[in-house]
Amino acid sequence: MSHPVNPIMSVDNPQVAVEHLNLFYGAAQALIDVSFGIPKSQVTALIGPSGCGKSTFLRCINRMNDLVEGLRVEGLITIDGENINDPALDVIELRRKVGMVFQKWNPFPKSIYENVIYGLRIAGIKERSVLEQAAEQSLKKAALWDEVKDRLHQSAMGLSGGQMQRLCIARAVAVKPEIILMDEPCSALDPRSTARIEQLIRELRDEYTIIIVTHNMQQAARISDYTAYMYLGELIEYGPTQKLFTVPERKETEEYITGRFG
Amino acid sequence: MAYNIQTEKETLKRHIVYLGTIVEENLQCAIKSLVEKNPDLASQVMQTDKCEIDTLEIDIEQECLRIMALHQPVASDLRFLVTVLKVNSDLERIGDLGAKIADKVLLLYKADPAYFLSDAMQLPELFTGMFDKTVWMFNQTLEAFVGEDTDLAYKVCLADDEVDQAKRAIYLDLEESIMKDPARQVYLAKLLSVARSTERIADHCTNICEDIIYMAQGRIIRHTLSQ
Repeated sequence: MSHPVNPIMSVDNPQVAVEHLNLFYGAAQALIDVSFGIPKSQVTALIGPSGCGKSTFLRCINRMNDLVEGLRVEGLITIDGENINDPALDVIELRRKVGMVFQKWNPFPKSIYENVIYGLRIAGIKERSVLEQAAEQSLKKAALWDEVKDRLHQSAMGLSGGQMQRLCIARAVAVKPEIILMDEPCSALDPRSTARIEQLIRELRDEYTIIIVTHNMQQAARISDYTAYMYLGELIEYGPTQKLFTVPERKETEEYITGRFG
Repeated sequence: MAYNIQTEKETLKRHIVYLGTIVEENLQCAIKSLVEKNPDLASQVMQTDKCEIDTLEIDIEQECLRIMALHQPVASDLRFLVTVLKVNSDLERIGDLGAKIADKVLLLYKADPAYFLSDAMQLPELFTGMFDKTVWMFNQTLEAFVGEDTDLAYKVCLADDEVDQAKRAIYLDLEESIMKDPARQVYLAKLLSVARSTERIADHCTNICEDIIYMAQGRIIRHTLSQ
């Protein structure tokens, strides 16, 4: 490009701020000096070839990596200004604030209703009216209410894949998170269910900050406001999705998104 | 997908350059038919526009839409395809304007063949410079597209002012001639139309060059060059 600018967009008052993040699995470094800010109430997509560190990065945000043996994190991640790796921080509270939806839906072998309110029960909420209201609201937010309202107490295992994934989104939403992390939420779904989830993500964006890892670049282009391209553990480019997919700053990004590499 | 879209782009580029070549030849023939007072050549120009250029334009548009639907291009691939769609349309319009010039030749001839072919009917000298500049712009536009040469594209955009000035000078000249010799007003009015068509051709060349700059650099410079 003849007009080079910094390929990493700077964000004023980011909700999630990452500064010089390095992550090691033993001796192997999986994230290399990653620094960027993720804005509130927007959808940010992480793209890049397999093994580039995008899922690893995602799991840093709610400290899902804590249980990985030999893993070491350097650098700073703050959410609303609070250091999430502070030893004094309550990880349970962090994970309430930062919900997660996985590639493969993972409903519990319980009823639809029990799945949705699971997090609230764990938090000690027992009042039936509160739980019922939360279940209805969450299922409505996950665009599932109309399909399951007459069978709330039937097993969640009878739902279709797309419905189960929306149930998992409802479960994540029920505990009133501020941020929702999604790790390839549509990769195992058919086009129709994918379209449903994509529409849902756009709707949820008004209330939540969504960070999504996807291998489907058209999906990133369709649903996200900002896109970060990662390669071999480094953040190569980060900026408005529209710009990244029309006029990327870096040659590496161009080659990846046009399929010439990766 | 990755490999195929490059092949598709190369094929598409060959097709649009082919269309450009046909349009360029037809434009030169249109001008020649007027300068040399050759109604047969003018008919041929109109025939080529209708049968060849218009058909090629549709084919290229369909090819573009197919590639877009099948490959869902992004970044430079997307910019290339969008540019080809627009260039395709500009080339077809240039083809129409060439045919319009040829149509004027035929109208003048049919109105009074003997008078049209006589020495009494001379094309004002000012047209030569305007035609030369416009044909140069068109030729360089194609060069810039083939080589994705943004410097050349800028140069072509800047030349548009010269064609505009030439058109203004021709208008003044023709208006004066009409006042002096009202009997020739039908002929002179047709020449006004030819000057307008030529000026529009230069405008389309400018549009194409602006799109070439977008294709290569991702910057939309339309409406900014004069500032």
